[in-house]
Amino acid sequence: MISERLYTFADFVCKTLFEPLINLIDDKKKKKPLFLSPSNSEMDFQVVILAGGFSSNLAPLVSKEVPKALLPVANRPVLSYVLDLLESSNLKDLIVVVEGEDAALTVGGWISSACVDRLHVEVAAVAENVGTAGALKAIAHHLTAKDILIVSGDIVSDISPGAVAATHTRHDAAVTAMLCAEPVSGPAESGGAGGKDKIKKPACYDIIGLDSSKQFLLYIATGVEVKRDTRLKKSILCAAGKMEIRSDLVDSHIYAFKRSVLQEVLEQKPTFRCLKQDVLPYLVRTQLRSDVFSDEKAVEENGSGHGKNNMQNNDGVSSQILSNAFLPSFHKVYESGLDIRKTHKCCVYIADESKYCVRLNSIQAFMDVNRDVIGDANHLSGYSFSAHHNIVHPSAELGSKTTVGPHCMLGEGSQVGDKCNVKRSVIGRHCRIGSNVKVVNSVVMDHATIGDGCSIQGSVICSNAQLQERVALRDCQVEAGYVVFAGGEHKGETFARK
Amino acid sequence: MGAQKKGGARVSDDSEEQSRQRLQAILLADSFTTKFRPVTLERPKVLLPLVNVPMIDYTLAWLESAGIEEVFVFCCAHSTQIIDYLETSEWRTHPNLVVRTIESHKSISAGDALRYIYEQQTETSQIQGDFVLVSGDTVSNMPLADLIQEHRERKKRDEKAIMTMVIKKSKPSLITHQSRLGTDQLFIAVDPLTKQLLHYEEDKVDHARGSVCLDKSLMESNPSVLLYNDMQDCYIDICSPEVLSLFEDNFDYQHLRRHFVKGVLVDDIMGYKIFTHEIGSSYAARVDNFRSYDTVSKDIIQRWTYPYVPDINFGGNRPVKLGRQGIYRACDVVQSRSAVVGASTVVGYGTKIGNGDRILNSVIGNGCSIGSNVVIEGSYIWNNVTIEDGCEIRNAIVCDGVRIRAGAVLEPGVVLSFKVVVGRDFVVPAYSKVSLLQQPMKEDSDEELEYADSSSGTADRLSGLSLEMESKGSELGPDGAGYIWEVCEGAHDEEWKHSVAPIPEDKLAEITQAMDDYDDMEDESVVPTSGELKSDADSINTDVNDPCDDYGYFEKEVEGTFLRAVEEGIKVELGVLEINSLRLSYNMESADCAGAIFYSMMKLAVDTPHSSASELYKTASSIIAKWKGLLGFYVKQTDEQIEVIMKFEEMCQETAKELGPLFAQILHVLYEKDVVQEDAIMRWAEEKAGADEADKVYLQQCETFIQWLKEASEEEDEDDDEEED
Repeated sequence: MISERLYTFADFVCKTLFEPLINLIDDKKKKKPLFLSPSNSEMDFQVVILAGGFSSNLAPLVSKEVPKALLPVANRPVLSYVLDLLESSNLKDLIVVVEGEDAALTVGGWISSACVDRLHVEVAAVAENVGTAGALKAIAHHLTAKDILIVSGDIVSDISPGAVAATHTRHDAAVTAMLCAEPVSGPAESGGAGGKDKIKKPACYDIIGLDSSKQFLLYIATGVEVKRDTRLKKSILCAAGKMEIRSDLVDSHIYAFKRSVLQEVLEQKPTFRCLKQDVLPYLVRTQLRSDVFSDEKAVEENGSGHGKNNMQNNDGVSSQILSNAFLPSFHKVYESGLDIRKTHKCCVYIADESKYCVRLNSIQAFMDVNRDVIGDANHLSGYSFSAHHNIVHPSAELGSKTTVGPHCMLGEGSQVGDKCNVKRSVIGRHCRIGSNVKVVNSVVMDHATIGDGCSIQGSVICSNAQLQERVALRDCQVEAGYVVFAGGEHKGETFARK
Repeated sequence: MGAQKKGGARVSDDSEEQSRQRLQAILLADSFTTKFRPVTLERPKVLLPLVNVPMIDYTLAWLESAGIEEVFVFCCAHSTQIIDYLETSEWRTHPNLVVRTIESHKSISAGDALRYIYEQQTETSQIQGDFVLVSGDTVSNMPLADLIQEHRERKKRDEKAIMTMVIKKSKPSLITHQSRLGTDQLFIAVDPLTKQLLHYEEDKVDHARGSVCLDKSLMESNPSVLLYNDMQDCYIDICSPEVLSLFEDNFDYQHLRRHFVKGVLVDDIMGYKIFTHEIGSSYAARVDNFRSYDTVSKDIIQRWTYPYVPDINFGGNRPVKLGRQGIYRACDVVQSRSAVVGASTVVGYGTKIGNGDRILNSVIGNGCSIGSNVVIEGSYIWNNVTIEDGCEIRNAIVCDGVRIRAGAVLEPGVVLSFKVVVGRDFVVPAYSKVSLLQQPMKEDSDEELEYADSSSGTADRLSGLSLEMESKGSELGPDGAGYIWEVCEGAHDEEWKHSVAPIPEDKLAEITQAMDDYDDMEDESVVPTSGELKSDADSINTDVNDPCDDYGYFEKEVEGTFLRAVEEGIKVELGVLEINSLRLSYNMESADCAGAIFYSMMKLAVDTPHSSASELYKTASSIIAKWKGLLGFYVKQTDEQIEVIMKFEEMCQETAKELGPLFAQILHVLYEKDVVQEDAIMRWAEEKAGADEADKVYLQQCETFIQWLKEASEEEDEDDDEEED
């Protein structure tokens, strides 16, 4: 027992110390050998992926067959990007939480076919519209590890979640949130990439207050609050002395929580629905007089049957050694100034600006992600691009005088007729595209049929949809299996069976 | 000077322009506050000795060494004393620094002072360009030339950058939330790149209560904002001439920070900008209150203000010799062998120290004579003070000419003004302020003025008072002389904050306790973040600011007003005016007014002595008849009329049960007097129809009445129909 514990500790030190370095090197492949063995990572972190259900924001793109988590990004389900990302940090013990039984079955089916051998994935179904906090509460009995890493299932990113986990452990934090710079595609284009709601927001998404070392989160305002005047609690400001308030950072929905804290909050506050808008701000607000922390001790003691809790003391000491090498954090100072006080730490991991991180939570975001993954952020796609910066599957058939431009993707078995022009678009598998068709800035999903002379710009054609001859679409969405009749000219429309 | 050299190295026309511009400063030799009372009743603050040197000398010496060539000293309170002092001092003939004085008696604030200077300057064209604005109680050794240069360059790039404010890091205490200088904690927001000042808020409240509110536009226009709590405003400003004209334009700007800075930041009419400059290693502090007097004195003794320290000659002081352990002693001090002079102490010229004295951490001025077995700790004894045997003085300020008779004790925080005599064995209680002058009875306003007392000739009054004193005896023992000033209300608990004495332990514990209690409360009042939480928050939120409570107060006020109107026979129109003003100040709807007025009317009826229900009914209907004009003003809408009925119902159920049986009758009166319309009654009846049986009591009572109304209206309708036909 003791030897195992020591090993864990040593591993943890190694991880905490080297993680930032590894990040700098920025090569996913290199990380693996330095990382923990799987058994140990399981001990530290459990990963919960919140994969959502049939998000209404994404109608008509989602359907019975394709829940949000399986929406294709460069012809791969978006969930696979998250799983790859976690696997690259050697986080392999995952719980995928899906809203709705049907969606859960579909997602579970895909997961078991795609990665059953590599990862240990459990799929849990929760009721629809319970919110992120509600979903976590519903699966609370599955959570046993000391810390929980929560990742949104719709993230396409190259930021290592392991780095977030390391920051979390290093500070012995109650919660660690990952922040990244505003998406490069710009707020004007990418709609509401910030909050849960679909409404287009002004330039700023979140307002975030950091301490001078940029390690601690002192304030966070999200969603509707952003539009109000910013009210900062003086007590926290006084304790920290100085706060940097940023509106150019976005909370990117990767959080590490101390399990006991998370469960305590969810229990105490039954009305909390959303991690981002309720739980996180609550923890940030109360960080200098923690209710959760005092209770946590009790919880930890009760649960001390688990071997892992024994290393808590070690943790305390080590986190002090590692994080407070020269200065005690303001939490410590505050505690010592006013005894009786309990504090907890809310930390942040700020991703490098060059990193990519976008959530697929709106139609606009769906377009952006698809464009980026085969374009500027093509290292995420996992494909190797041709010299023309595009990917045309060997089995795809191109007619004469048809051009497929750079930043395009043509899936397996698709057929494109004569004199077609494809630019900056993704075309799925087994699509049939007639002659004289123009596809620009669009996504065409598997098995779609496009008649001769169509022109498609900035649109999404879902799987099995059919466009008859000479249809012109601009900024439209066509539901799966829908038939658009010949000759129509449409702009900004949504085609769906009611 | 440095700036000039730099200017010379630059392009020719640039340097020419700059050489024409003399470096100028405005020194406000009046703080326009009363924090140093009662001492400042007799001597202006800038002439008070700080480690045996008048404060203004520190400021002038610093300005001179920082390359300022011309200083305008603005004198207001005790202006003659200041002018006399400057005339006789070496500043008059200083080769590098021209000191001019501007005298005004009308000014009551820094704003007035700057306006006065602005008006004067058109005649003599004194202020030519950028200038340094400081007050005469500033102790600093920071270099200014580079800062002025920086300011000028910024001004060249951006016309609107009119001021650069100097700030210095200083973390306020977590418990008392005041800085070591005794000033309130400050919250400032700064753009991290440009250093532009975006928000300035001085916290007037004791504790870190509530929150700092940043305007949303601030966050929209700046991707990143630095919010400091650990900065101290040094009150050293580099200003462009626009500052003066801004003061001239906005005649209501009084305070440099509270009005001017706020005005520029918030109103933002002209788009002017203020920038900040943080100083690191150099020293800058302002003697704002007794606590900062103590802090700055200690800093001077500890040599943070070098070269402005007691053993170096600057601005005409007589340097004293520095010994070990930071003991400064003048060469002619007569000290008994058995006396102990401890670390960090200054003893001035011609002072005698008797047998067995213990002096620690204190400043003793010139010409003092201290008897035997005296204990002086952490105190400031000015010049020519006589302390007799066996006195104990702790953390006190003792002004010139004071005599402390044998065995007297000064408790911490005591301030003895000029020539006070403390009687034998008298114990001066902690935080007392003692003066030969009586405390002015009436405080004119909160921004109170020192000049008001000074202009009328202090000397005459002083002699008169001391004569009076002898005849009257004294509050300081039988052989003492002086009044102990009463601490004015409200300032009572402030006393310890700004005193020279350190804050007592028990006070700290008390505040910590209070903070805890507050925190617990605060949690509940925090606004919930997402919409779903509303219900939860409502149940918790039984805060003081509850709107219901507000309504309670409002109702009381209305009732008072109404009763007064009845008693004094005030006209209805005037009543409306009064109640309208109440409505505005409480931010109430006119329905609330209607409810409250009706409540007052019925309450009056019930309170009027009556023997039977019918008598009560009569009183009530006569009151309604008399005051229906007042009520009618607020019941123009159906909703408001319903409010009245509901209120009536509520009263019958709770406060005035006697009215219960009369409900229908009085409702009828209200209907007849046109206070409530038929519509309102019908709608009320409809609303109530679905209620519990218990709630329906009054509805049932009115049933016949409502029935009658219905029939009447139907008939009317029929009539209408017939007519239409």
